Amino acid sequence: MIRFILSKLLYLVPTFIGITIVAFGFIRLLPGDPVLLMAGERGVSPERYAVIAEQLGFDKPVWQQYLTYLGNLLQGDLGNSLVTKRPVMDEFMALFPATVELAVVAIILATLIGVPVGVLAAIKRGSWFDQISMTGALVGFSMPIFWWGLLLIIFFSGYLGWTPVSGRISLMYYFPDVTGFMLIDSLLSGEKGAFTSAVSHLILPSVVLATIPLAVIARQTRSAMLEVMGEDYVRTARAKGLKPSRVIGIHALRNAMIPVITTIGLQVGVLMAGAILTETIFSWPGIGKWMIDSISRRDYPVVQSGLLLIALIVMVVNLLVDLTYGLINPRIRHK
Amino acid sequence: MTDTSVTAVKLSDAAIRRRMLKEFWFYFSRNKGAVLGLIVFILLVLTAIFAPLLAPHDPTQQYRDALLVPPVWQEGGRAGFILGTDAVGRDMLSRLIFGARYSLFIGIVVVSVALSGGIIIGLIAGFYGRWIDTVIMRVMDVILAFPSLLLALVLVAVLGPGLTNAMIAIAIVYQPHFARLTRAAVMAEKQREYVTAARVAGAGNIRLMLKTILPNCLAPLIVQATLSFSSAVLDAAALGFLGMGAQPPAPEWGTMLAEAREFIMRAPWVVTFPGLAILISVLAINLMGDGLRDALDPKLKRS
Repeated sequence: MIRFILSKLLYLVPTFIGITIVAFGFIRLLPGDPVLLMAGERGVSPERYAVIAEQLGFDKPVWQQYLTYLGNLLQGDLGNSLVTKRPVMDEFMALFPATVELAVVAIILATLIGVPVGVLAAIKRGSWFDQISMTGALVGFSMPIFWWGLLLIIFFSGYLGWTPVSGRISLMYYFPDVTGFMLIDSLLSGEKGAFTSAVSHLILPSVVLATIPLAVIARQTRSAMLEVMGEDYVRTARAKGLKPSRVIGIHALRNAMIPVITTIGLQVGVLMAGAILTETIFSWPGIGKWMIDSISRRDYPVVQSGLLLIALIVMVVNLLVDLTYGLINPRIRHK
Repeated sequence: MTDTSVTAVKLSDAAIRRRMLKEFWFYFSRNKGAVLGLIVFILLVLTAIFAPLLAPHDPTQQYRDALLVPPVWQEGGRAGFILGTDAVGRDMLSRLIFGARYSLFIGIVVVSVALSGGIIIGLIAGFYGRWIDTVIMRVMDVILAFPSLLLALVLVAVLGPGLTNAMIAIAIVYQPHFARLTRAAVMAEKQREYVTAARVAGAGNIRLMLKTILPNCLAPLIVQATLSFSSAVLDAAALGFLGMGAQPPAPEWGTMLAEAREFIMRAPWVVTFPGLAILISVLAINLMGDGLRDALDPKLKRS
């Protein structure tokens, strides 16, 4: 197992270096002078220019600049935002929990609904339930989620007035940031109604973000179940007279779950892309909205680091999925 | 077995092609959803081609006396504007009709660029193998490490907002999928006898890659191309929605949604219809993609 983990880690090194090169090169590809872009200044005197260039290390050869960048990165130093002047890493850490909270709730929602629907659709193959749920899954898969979010706002916030339109919690509540997760912090605060408020703010965004993963998971579960149910060991289990619930629950589902777990893990990239749109629609203060705002404000140090950090998160989660996969499926591990 | 193949009537190339098409249609048409998707897609193409004839108004003409007119079946609707007008008095229906042009154009350009780039890169990686393969595939891994919409967004930030740049960015992001598929197919095919035979017969590398191997790798590429077409329409609309794609006053559906955002409570129709148009187009293409996969995947065919 250790060798398996090491080989996976080793495989990631080139990808990691590639990601850093993309983030490093991004600033230098932008139209305009990278020194001025990174400093956020314009029309400076030559003397001032030389000072900034030296400060930011632009006076050194490119390979040296890259090594400095890599060194700073490994120490968690990603420079400062041009707009807020705060370290990018601090901003990221402050906003990241909001995105994680949204994404985790979304993936739990997608899994809790997607897996049972997929299993049921496979068991009742060709039935009404199968056809309707798979049509629904295809619609979900084809959904422009930014529009879906607006529709939900029109209906649930506008027409019914059930849910708030934006933000993470009502402004009337104030309590200290303990974990950064609003659901937990609002419970810890002990303020009456705070938790309910947090939940009501979270519902629509997480439904929107869950839509595509839910569709993918339901489809994948169904096809994995169908495949497994055609296997000999399932037929044997049936032939020896086991109850259908046991055959499906123990023999089929367990084996069908292996590709499904991978699919769930691979949704993290989808979730990060979806977070950009969802957070923009619902003014959710997470890293997706942070990226969009920074792009439109030309806050390039933030864009550069955001790109890097999000890619690294996706990479790490995919690694964890790979490792889990190896853990539950020895055949992969020993290849 | 050998008898039948000897006595079989020798078919001309055209006849073989016709037979293949017929077989393809047999499997494709068994999937009702796929046929429905195809019909909707054809309607969409016709709408795009004949947009100037179909649209009752110019898509950018602003009727100052008809701001946010609701659809004709709602109270206050006007017969001249069937689906209502937007905040500056432009006819929604005409804009939606012209928007079909954008979506199809985006899909075609993105898929063509990504497909041809991916095929060339994949062929080179799969055919030559060794370090060339390693280097190319590591670069592809890096591109795939980024969530596609995020990388496209940042690329557009580099290139500048606009439709052309959005399409280039999306094509770059999608290209590795095609490269990977081509590479895998080439690596599987290049060991086969017919490739060796062609090589012995004196075929050069370019001919081996393009004429001998490539046609046998097309099935997965066609399926992936359909899926990429629908994702390209979605991603381009998302970029338009975020203000990084087609710029106003272009009647691109995503851009229309961005302009409509502030009126969602007052005038739901300016939000509803563009999104519905995106959903229907993407759904139709995905339905077609499912049918194509069923018809082209030999594993599924036998079962």
